[in-house]
Amino acid sequence: MLRWILGGREAQGTVEKSAALFIGEEQPKNCFTEMQVLKGHFDIVRFLVQIDDLRFASAGDDGLVLIWNVETGDCLFALRCHTQQITAMTSYTFIRGGNAHTALLTASSDRTLSLWDPDSGNRVQNISDLQSSVKVQHVLQLHVFLFQCADGLDCVWKQVCSSFSVCRWILCVCSLMEVSVFQCLLVLVRLDVWLSGGNELCVWNRDFELQCKTVHHSDAGISAMVELPKNFIAAAMDKEIVIFKLNLSGSDIAVMAMRHLADHQDTIHSLIHINDGLFASGSHIGELIIWDSVDWTIQSYEHILWEEPARDSQSEFRLNPQKQIERSIQHMSSDGEYIVAAVGSGLYVYNVLTKSVVAYRRIAHDSNVLHTVLQQDGRLMSCSEDGSVRMWELQDLPLPAEPASSGFFGMFGTFGRSSKQTGPPAKKIPEVPGLRSLELIGDLIGHSGAVQMFLSFKEKGLVTCSTDHLLIIWKDGELQSQLRSLAVFQKLEENQEL
Amino acid sequence: MIGSPDVVAFTKEDDFGDSFSDPCSLPEEFSVPLFAHAANANPWTKTSFAKFSRDFILISEFSEQASFVGHPPGSNYPKLNFVEDSKVVLGDSKEGAFAYVHHLTLYDLEARGFVRPFCMAYISADERKIMHQFQELSSGFSKASEFLKLGNRKAFANELEKKLKDLEYTRSVLHKETELQKMNNGCYSTQAIEKANELANVEKSIYEHKDLLRQITSYPSRKRKDVDFVQHETETPGDTSVIDDTLNINHSDKTVETESESRKSSYTPQLIKGKSAKCFDKRLKTMEELCNASFFHQTLEQLNIIEKSFRGDLCLIYTSQIDRALLSKQSVTSFLFEAERDSEYGGTSKDFSISSNNPTVPILNLSGEPLSLESYTTCIDVDHVKPGVESMEGRPESSTSDITQETSEAADTETKGSFSSDKSIEAFGGFSPSSLQANYFDGLERKSKVSIASASENASGSVAVPQRTSDGNLVPMDAACCIGQDGFIFEEPLVELAQECCGDTVVNQEPLSLLHGDPALQMDYILEESALAESPNMGLTFSELNTEEVAKITIEDVSDSTSFMSASTSSDRAASPFTYGSASTLKKKKKAGHSALRFIRQYPFAQQAIFCLLSGRTLVILGVDEGTVRKLVNALFIFVPNLGKYGETVQPWLSSPFQLTDLQRWKLIGLQRAASPAGSSILHSLNRYSRYISILDCDNKTLRCPPYKGTLVSHLADHRTQIKRGSTYFLHVQGMLTQLIAKAFLYTFCHHIHLPMDINDQGSVTSRRTNFLLQLGYTVEESKIVQYLSELIKQHYIQGSSKGANQSFCFNYTTSYLYKI
Repeated sequence: MLRWILGGREAQGTVEKSAALFIGEEQPKNCFTEMQVLKGHFDIVRFLVQIDDLRFASAGDDGLVLIWNVETGDCLFALRCHTQQITAMTSYTFIRGGNAHTALLTASSDRTLSLWDPDSGNRVQNISDLQSSVKVQHVLQLHVFLFQCADGLDCVWKQVCSSFSVCRWILCVCSLMEVSVFQCLLVLVRLDVWLSGGNELCVWNRDFELQCKTVHHSDAGISAMVELPKNFIAAAMDKEIVIFKLNLSGSDIAVMAMRHLADHQDTIHSLIHINDGLFASGSHIGELIIWDSVDWTIQSYEHILWEEPARDSQSEFRLNPQKQIERSIQHMSSDGEYIVAAVGSGLYVYNVLTKSVVAYRRIAHDSNVLHTVLQQDGRLMSCSEDGSVRMWELQDLPLPAEPASSGFFGMFGTFGRSSKQTGPPAKKIPEVPGLRSLELIGDLIGHSGAVQMFLSFKEKGLVTCSTDHLLIIWKDGELQSQLRSLAVFQKLEENQEL
Repeated sequence: MIGSPDVVAFTKEDDFGDSFSDPCSLPEEFSVPLFAHAANANPWTKTSFAKFSRDFILISEFSEQASFVGHPPGSNYPKLNFVEDSKVVLGDSKEGAFAYVHHLTLYDLEARGFVRPFCMAYISADERKIMHQFQELSSGFSKASEFLKLGNRKAFANELEKKLKDLEYTRSVLHKETELQKMNNGCYSTQAIEKANELANVEKSIYEHKDLLRQITSYPSRKRKDVDFVQHETETPGDTSVIDDTLNINHSDKTVETESESRKSSYTPQLIKGKSAKCFDKRLKTMEELCNASFFHQTLEQLNIIEKSFRGDLCLIYTSQIDRALLSKQSVTSFLFEAERDSEYGGTSKDFSISSNNPTVPILNLSGEPLSLESYTTCIDVDHVKPGVESMEGRPESSTSDITQETSEAADTETKGSFSSDKSIEAFGGFSPSSLQANYFDGLERKSKVSIASASENASGSVAVPQRTSDGNLVPMDAACCIGQDGFIFEEPLVELAQECCGDTVVNQEPLSLLHGDPALQMDYILEESALAESPNMGLTFSELNTEEVAKITIEDVSDSTSFMSASTSSDRAASPFTYGSASTLKKKKKAGHSALRFIRQYPFAQQAIFCLLSGRTLVILGVDEGTVRKLVNALFIFVPNLGKYGETVQPWLSSPFQLTDLQRWKLIGLQRAASPAGSSILHSLNRYSRYISILDCDNKTLRCPPYKGTLVSHLADHRTQIKRGSTYFLHVQGMLTQLIAKAFLYTFCHHIHLPMDINDQGSVTSRRTNFLLQLGYTVEESKIVQYLSELIKQHYIQGSSKGANQSFCFNYTTSYLYKI
């Protein structure tokens, strides 16, 4: 399209390839007509966590945790403590003194876990809390521990002691030395405990006291966890899903592995909670398994192959047949009924109730999709290594525009391994009656590197974070303009210039 | 004083007016007499026989006989009076000279009564200018005087300390000698008594000097305001320390003590002879010595400012004052296309320091010549020397865009060279700036001594002494000889005749002043007046120019525009039509008007390009040749809304790939097309962000941008336009843009279209907004312009003029088309 600029000698391949899904510049359904670029990180930004309606935290490889205001784009705080990249971050809401506090939990490659208070207003109180109400021996433990832990963490201790100056966090606790990096965090609000997963599973209470932990597992460690009913936890560990049980007897908590589910052929990349009865896991080779949360049986098994379909030359996909198509399930999200899975550079929407595929797009992005979210209004968003965020809409197919051949999906049908769920095999033909198309309705181009993740604040905007060290808040320009008008009139009123 | 032959000699006609020959003037045989009375070319001039052609500022010292302030000469006990300055208007009808005279006294230990009375006078041939601008003159000169006095108090205190050291040393020496005499000759020997008397004298002197020091250091601390502006005025760190000292002196004696402690080591006391040191053969201190050097230079700058703001005809001053007052009313929108003016002291230097600290700030050189950053300094020098009008483009005179560390320094040194009076400029030609003032003031001093007698003789003849009463009005003190504000009617049949002659062709009604004009204006701006009076140099960042350049600007202005033709033939040759605002920017813009006109004629898609700029879509001008790209940038930058004081929103030449944040910052980018790897990554970024930008390829003469069809921009950029001159076109553009701004203002501040009727009413707001713009007669595309301007206005209003780091970047998703010639 810009070949006249590129002078004809430029690689046309990339242009051609992106043209496959080029939506054009006219995007009437794309309301994001305003952007705000947030600078602050010095390395890849990987995580975004919403704190409340107004604030979110970002973290990444530079070990920094930054707290932002989504409306103004101001950086509220920079939380510095981690010396290495942050591997997991989650928010942690708890009740203290009758008020709900939201704290941030972060885990880092420096083998530390931190709990941060994103409200600076509370820090004095929190610090005094630390010294009064929190058990003294705990602080002493922390003290001793911090001196054991050499790499630069004694400064953290100093911050705790010298209280008010820099720190905006309550506590910073290092796990035991032999523990490896925590790769995932899970907060069990119901039990008021939280779990950290790495080479072993640790259970902590609100005051950062280690309640119990499992024995050392494999080298791979726990990569993801979901909460299951009846105090069970499902944890993904390489090719297996391990079910743990938390035994609560009085104030003591014990954790033990109950079952190993080894149905996946390859490493599990994604493990999500669908609804009270189901959870799903996705593997490196495109296996998508829906599990029953209670008895841990397979409800549905899909193997997404993304095979090159036999098509006519009009096909919009023109790739080298030799090329191995990436079909790793990187990320999934669900609204309880639908699952959207990021499979390689494609998207796959699956209905867990009817156990049927709803829509798919084999090449939704030019490169691997890293994060995807299903929205309420039948729309979904995905972001990719190609640096773009794309918005999709599920539309009913007017006619079979994409005549998918039978070989398109490696459909093993739906079957249960357990005796209960020997559902009808019913080899589904891909031309499912309900098959809809996934239409691109807009894309957001701004980042110059892979978009790692995005976070939607509904009408307030959409935050994206990227390998290019930037965050971008995308906003509805019309709405922002109206808000600015209101602000103008408000200021006029304040200044009595009306 | 006015009548003094010396002074008149000082203004004789060997000045700048004759030193340059107008290269644009027609040969004698083709010249058309513009006006029946060539000697009196300015139809509004009421005085025709003044022996000088331009206003000037004169600094003069009175003799002690003429001194009317300070302590009475001859009185024993030195008592310092901190006298308020007095301001008078003098007139000499014979000479056709009228003056605003500002009297002040400076302290000098070697002067009689320790005071040296000075006056600074603004001398003009136009009596009405002096009378009507009295308040403005007064506040301007008060500021200058305040600088002088502040510096003088400091210098005086220093001098006193030294003197005290000397005296104390002398006392100790004398004491020893007295003891010696007593030992040798007994207590009552003549030598011993003599020594004792001497000692007593020294003791008394010490007492007196200590008292003086106490008085000068306990000088009532001035209103905060004074100190403030002094602080703002300072530019170098060195100055700040000086001021700190001064402040300390003003506020506490203790600091002085410590200061003197520290100085003890550096100063070696000298023995003072018993006889009085008040010798008239002694060289008196120059003004620079009397005041601290830095304060002295500040004074000079202030005088420069005064000269610039009052040069030219009264009607020009009025016009510019009204202009300024009106503009200040429009602060909500004026940032969009008007040249931003310094509304406060130090604004420039403050902003400048920010920009110089930030290496990423683009340096805008809007001249057509390619300049690399590295060679920038040298280029300036070259430009500076290069004769001819063309050299004006690249000069660092701009206070807006071309400021770098180097250029500002260059400008700094230049400023010192040009002093208000054209005579002085003439005299200075070819000297280094630092030597100039010394020479000049030495000369002044010599002259003033001679002219003292005549000044005092003439004083009774034509002096009126209007004094400020508490309500700020002028009250004539002496009815017999006063030049009342309205009372003094100058008989001038010649001029009246002239006016009758030209009554048909020339508007003989000069514009009314802000104060005496339209009552509505007066009502509206009566409050502004005080603000104006407080900062007479508000916006007067007229760059410093030496004589030759002043002349050339005038030529350029005049030759480029018919409307100011008459100014060229008037006696006030240097009167620039624009005395407000950053004239250099205006000049640049007018110059750009020419380029823009050429661009419009040359490129049929000029309208689309201008539409992009006006609607806030970044326009990238892509080309191989830097000169061509810069020329196009130069042609288009006048259409960039919110250009910024230093043209921050324009990047005239970029040879590295741009980032997303750059698009947010720059609305007009000149981009290098290169075959290098860097070039291909530039193209990659162009490709990637193509939805946010429009690309004007000046090699292939194509423009890729959203479509535009409409009448608004076609009026603005009609390639069949009859306008021939760049400056005329610029004014046309300004007019059109002003209309646009008015609409944007209306759109922004109309309640009913923006406020939701109820909470869930966002949709109707949107439709009301759209309908409003359609009713204003704008197409959908043109609405984008108004909306963009409106967003800018809103952001500016909410955040103030400070540009927040977190600006949002608005865009819309529209298809672009490729336009070809």
